[in-house]
Amino acid sequence: MDQHQNGFDPAAVAAIGSRLKDRPGALMLILHEIQDRFGYVPRGAAPIIAQALNLSRAEVHGVATFYHDFRHQPPGRDVIRLCRAEACQAMGAVALAEHVRGRLGVEFGETTRDGAFTLEAVYCLGNCGCSPAMVLAGELHGRVSLARFDELLAERKEGRR
Amino acid sequence: MQRYLTRWLDIPDLRRIEVYEAHGGYGALRKALFEMTPEQIINEVKNSNLRGRGGAAFPTGVKWSFIPKDSKKPVYVCCNADESEPGTFANRYELENDPHAIIEGILIACRAVGSHTCFVYMRGEFFTQKQIFETALGEARARGYVGADVMGSGFGVEITVHRGAGAYICGEETGLLESLEGKRAYPRNRPPFPAIQGAFGCPTVVNNIETLSNVPHIIARGAEWYKTMGPASSPGNKLFCLSGHINKPGLYELPMGFALKDLIYEVGGGILDGRKLKAVIPGGSSFPVFTAEEAVKVNMDFDSVRAAGSLMGTAGVMVMHDGTCMVEVLRTVAHFYHHESCGQCTPCREGTGWIEKLLIELEAGRGRTEDLQTLLSVATNMEGNTICVLADSLSMPVKSFIPKFRAEFEEHVRLGCCPFKEDGATPHATGGGDGVAQTPAAAPNRLSAQSTDTDAEADN
Repeated sequence: MDQHQNGFDPAAVAAIGSRLKDRPGALMLILHEIQDRFGYVPRGAAPIIAQALNLSRAEVHGVATFYHDFRHQPPGRDVIRLCRAEACQAMGAVALAEHVRGRLGVEFGETTRDGAFTLEAVYCLGNCGCSPAMVLAGELHGRVSLARFDELLAERKEGRR
Repeated sequence: MQRYLTRWLDIPDLRRIEVYEAHGGYGALRKALFEMTPEQIINEVKNSNLRGRGGAAFPTGVKWSFIPKDSKKPVYVCCNADESEPGTFANRYELENDPHAIIEGILIACRAVGSHTCFVYMRGEFFTQKQIFETALGEARARGYVGADVMGSGFGVEITVHRGAGAYICGEETGLLESLEGKRAYPRNRPPFPAIQGAFGCPTVVNNIETLSNVPHIIARGAEWYKTMGPASSPGNKLFCLSGHINKPGLYELPMGFALKDLIYEVGGGILDGRKLKAVIPGGSSFPVFTAEEAVKVNMDFDSVRAAGSLMGTAGVMVMHDGTCMVEVLRTVAHFYHHESCGQCTPCREGTGWIEKLLIELEAGRGRTEDLQTLLSVATNMEGNTICVLADSLSMPVKSFIPKFRAEFEEHVRLGCCPFKEDGATPHATGGGDGVAQTPAAAPNRLSAQSTDTDAEADN
């Protein structure tokens, strides 16, 4: 899910729009496709989608900003999503969040300066039996200790080389 | 005890269609298509007294019977796969391990209400599960269970998967419908109910995954068999999601009415680190909390939990031991509902924010005793004054945490800090002498460096 082309391409957005515009619930489908492709929903996409669907830009903007998953800036090459809900909190998610913020040097919602990782908060990944949980580059991990996080992060950096 | 929802524990590869078929899979669909009329299907499900597993516990057969018989518009079935209640993870396991039971349940529901289209609305976080489900859907299509002519009966059903995008409110059925239509997920006023005007203005049934995966078993073995499990008012087995400070967290299939005490101490292996039980949230984060004394007396079925003053919801059972700061838990709950309020109704949009702010102050030791009254008053004013129940989902925890753990809230005020924090920036707590400044051990972080497995135990 984190493989995507960077850079905003209006023609590609228009093509996605015209391909999906007649499907039921088209706007959500289009926004998903755009994010799959670019990693985020570029600001310039709204007028193009609005035109394709005969909606106002405000309507498109309203939907694109309603849903937490739609990003409005390009993410890092990998996205890390940490669960911050009650069950994970009971099993050390607060300490993990501290640790991760320290390791990456970013707050939730930010991307590391080298553009490698974006840190996001999520509320329940449905993995409460194996708390604390996180998603790294599209893969769900359970029982993430501080050491385990460092290991996974190192593996990911390693694998990229 | 017989297990039918988590058969995958005994049958390897149940997610593959040939294995599912070899164990009777799609036999219920055959029966529903060739041996039963839609009315008979609805009656069988009504008789079984299957109640919706998504949290509201509405009788499924009754819900189906609300769909107009002579609808001139198309009828839709929506499968609610937007499981997002914190502490709940049953649907995720079902999608991963028994997707064909869900598909079969959907097909039977379509047949019962005369629908040729099902939308499966799946939360965005379920990316792996979506792939598994779509693979299963492909298999079912290739074998003629899904498509224009289901099993040669002439009855056609198409199933499509829609992705959510991280909004909790989409689990609310009318919010889900709005989102499905490509809009902001603002819940709708009712009436009209979805059975009359649901997706795209057409009659629609919205059912939870776990509800639908009960259906093939009811059709195959009959309502009488179903009623042999659990209490008469809410029969069947239930998937319990056990998490928090417990030795064996995980997903467990048990009959409705199972004693919460046994769930925690027998099935769950007791409290982590041999500590004492302090509190249990029985149904996912939005429901009233039980103290340890209350919890050990409750049986886990819809009516018993309600009679005991909470709700079973999705059976996301969160266990907390005596090192837990209840103010911090409530602050986390409040943060979640504030974050997820759709913003449509003022009491919810503003109230959830006020509650969170007050709790941040209280937890940090900057609160006042009067804040507790303010919290209760805000909670009361949110309740029932909004279109959907998200406001109530925060109001209920606030109105149970504060009276049940009032001393702990007051202690935060008196000490000027959280008594559970080990490093506790505790400017006022050093005086001692007043006998209340004992510091319970900090909430332990059981962080095993072992496997990354994402499988829960389910060895009931």
